[in-house]
Amino acid sequence: MKLLKLVPDDTNIKFLKLRVPFFVLSIVLIVGSWAAVLVNGLNFGVDFAGGQEVRLTFEEREQAPIPGLRELVGGLGYGEPVVQEFGAPNQVSIRVPLPEGTEDTPGAATEIGNRVIAAIGEEYPGARTDGNDTVSGKVAGEFRDSAILALLAAMVAVAIYIWVRFEWQFGVGALFALFHDVSVTLGLFALTQMEFGLQIVAAILAIIGYSLNDTIVVYDRIRENLKKFRKMPLPELLDLSVNETLARTIMTSLTLFVALMPLLLFGPASLFGMVAAITAGLFIGTYSSVYLAGPLLIWMGVTSTSFVPQESALDRQEKIARGEA
Amino acid sequence: MLEFPLWKMIWLWGVTLAAAILSLPSLANVAGVDWPSNLPNPQVNLGLDLAGGSHLLLEARAEDIRAQRLENMEESVRQLMRNANPRIRIGDVSTGEGRMSFMLDSAADIDRARGLLEPVMQGANLTREWDLSVVDGQRMVLTPTDAGIEAALNDAMESATEVVRRRIDELGTREPTIIRQGDTRIVVQVPGLDDPEALKSLLGKTARLEFKLVDLNALPENVQAGIAPPGSEVFPYAPDTPQAGRSEAVRRLGGIRGDNLTEAKAGVDPTNNQNVVNIVFDAQGGAKFAKLTRENTGRPFAIILDEQILSTPEINEPILGGRAQISGSFTAESANELAIALNSGALPVDLAIVEERTVGPDLGADSIRRGLLAMMIGSLAVVALMVASYGRFGVYSTIALVFNVLMLLGIMAGINATLTLPGIAGFVITIGAAVDANVLINERIREERRRGRKVIAAVETGYKEASRAIWDANLTNFIAGVALFAFGSGPVKGFAVVLVVGLFTSVFTGVTMTRMWVSGWLRRARPNDIAI
Repeated sequence: MKLLKLVPDDTNIKFLKLRVPFFVLSIVLIVGSWAAVLVNGLNFGVDFAGGQEVRLTFEEREQAPIPGLRELVGGLGYGEPVVQEFGAPNQVSIRVPLPEGTEDTPGAATEIGNRVIAAIGEEYPGARTDGNDTVSGKVAGEFRDSAILALLAAMVAVAIYIWVRFEWQFGVGALFALFHDVSVTLGLFALTQMEFGLQIVAAILAIIGYSLNDTIVVYDRIRENLKKFRKMPLPELLDLSVNETLARTIMTSLTLFVALMPLLLFGPASLFGMVAAITAGLFIGTYSSVYLAGPLLIWMGVTSTSFVPQESALDRQEKIARGEA
Repeated sequence: MLEFPLWKMIWLWGVTLAAAILSLPSLANVAGVDWPSNLPNPQVNLGLDLAGGSHLLLEARAEDIRAQRLENMEESVRQLMRNANPRIRIGDVSTGEGRMSFMLDSAADIDRARGLLEPVMQGANLTREWDLSVVDGQRMVLTPTDAGIEAALNDAMESATEVVRRRIDELGTREPTIIRQGDTRIVVQVPGLDDPEALKSLLGKTARLEFKLVDLNALPENVQAGIAPPGSEVFPYAPDTPQAGRSEAVRRLGGIRGDNLTEAKAGVDPTNNQNVVNIVFDAQGGAKFAKLTRENTGRPFAIILDEQILSTPEINEPILGGRAQISGSFTAESANELAIALNSGALPVDLAIVEERTVGPDLGADSIRRGLLAMMIGSLAVVALMVASYGRFGVYSTIALVFNVLMLLGIMAGINATLTLPGIAGFVITIGAAVDANVLINERIREERRRGRKVIAAVETGYKEASRAIWDANLTNFIAGVALFAFGSGPVKGFAVVLVVGLFTSVFTGVTMTRMWVSGWLRRARPNDIAI
């Protein structure tokens, strides 16, 4: 049986030749993403903004009465509601913001939630309530704080781990690549104005994990080649490492992609944003591992001697096993 | 590296099968097959977002507890000073600014007052709950200590949690989870409850019942403007009473609180066919009620629930049997709800609902169906890619993947973890990413073969060289997973659990088990060349 080979043997693509333009592109992406976040803002869901989100199914209709609902809920006096199709044409999600000045009133969100559901039940008796999320301003604020804390803690913790396992340059390189991934994902959400909630933060944390996967595989090969080819110029050595791991990079990204695709297409509507974020992160993370994590090592002065003085017992054992010492 | 002694193989298979077998009851459940009732039945719990149900986060206002404590202190002080022999006269009592203070009419009473107050300032375990100071010669100031406030808060939350539990039990819902969280919060989760209105309205009731005498001397226009005569306070009528919108002035002191009830039951008054709640006082409450009604026959008193007046009946005769009837324009439901609330006791503090998440059972079932479908298609696609790319080695990865999913499910059932909607996404990611270890190993074997290594050496090097990156990658993923777990509430935590447990099962099946299978095959077949 002829086996499938996605990447031909012994590729020699000069990835690093374009490192400066791609680095500039990355910086532009990061800056652009933050600009988008600042200008457009993130479309916070109830998790982070507080307020109420209710999901309804109109079983007796083909199409949910979106304009009617907008008018009905808008008329309750809690500000402009966000009414949109959710999952199927006869399903909607309605989001009602927390009125200003009620962020600190504990029961305000529930009060609004009760009124909205009662009003809809009166006007559309056939509507079935599938779900209802009501979050007070205080709890939403706590969610925001803990999300920022979790993202920062995760990034710093893994950077420290890589610093310890490799060298400081690798830790900084990985951290910068992660910062890029998180920034661009946030930028995408600012641009598309897709709802940003707890699940998306979970997705970003998962992206951090999987982007690191790629970075570590490339770094590990760089470390190995640094010890093997003492005389090779660094750009060439990075190219060699990226090429050697290219088959794996493509294959793993592909398996994760084909696993995620059905979930994106046929999965529950409530998971769409999360899965979309992870899928986008898959590409962003792979790109940053090749074009950010690698080249940064050149600019931070990694040389073939970087691993020599601090040769660990483990490394020495490996050398002995290879017969090099 | 490729040597697997028998004991090791038995051990590895033992772990794999033990974890995988734990998943069988859950799988039987999904497939709709009855699991024999005489066997252990560990199940993966379904989160509320999949099973349907309500999640409520209740928050108590700490300020209320502080205020309540000052008020109780005021009552104790008044009583102590009044009952002292000879009586100690005091005035200018205030409970502002978080302290309780009063003026002694005569500075000579200071030492006596101090002696009387000493016992009430001491809490359980001899902790000091109040500090006493004297300013300007004869003003005594009682300030609650931090330890005292903390103890009071803790007591109040303990008993609030108990009251919440009793109320939910009275509603007859199945398997509710009620947990105290942090200093001032209670989490309530009720699976299968898709209309939490009754629950919310019940939990929103503090159920503080009071009987107080109506102040007949108050000027009606002042009362309606909210101004109470000295010694009285103004309460509004409840919204569904005929007098809704109006208020009444009642005497602040000398009333009875509804804490001393033994029973409350909804019923109908046969004389006028109205819905009422019949209550029975305990001995102490009955005696107090008898005294109040005997001394005030002919006058109206107010029945006050959570600072709203339900009704102001006139006392026709002294009520001596400890039984009373609460009338207040009830419907059958609201009478029943009040009876439940009174039976479960008053909440020591108001609880506000600060987060509510409700999912209907249809949506949850639909999510599971779609999630399972996506998972199956995704798995098939991953398997097809792996087998097409790595042949026999791809088949080993596939078997590893099957055991991986079974072990993951089994361990989750074993540790009683909860599968949530994001957890399903976690399963899919685990399936897609678990084969990464195999990809790394297989690609490395390919590479080593290309460089001319012999089969055994290539496989050995492949596993060894790839292991380092696999180890690093999984450990960093584990760190991110811990951050996720610490951050997550409910559903997101379910995602973290799947990802973190999945890391362990992935490495175990994808690296250790496949190595065992591959080495077994190499020893048996001794191939000179391998298709990879």
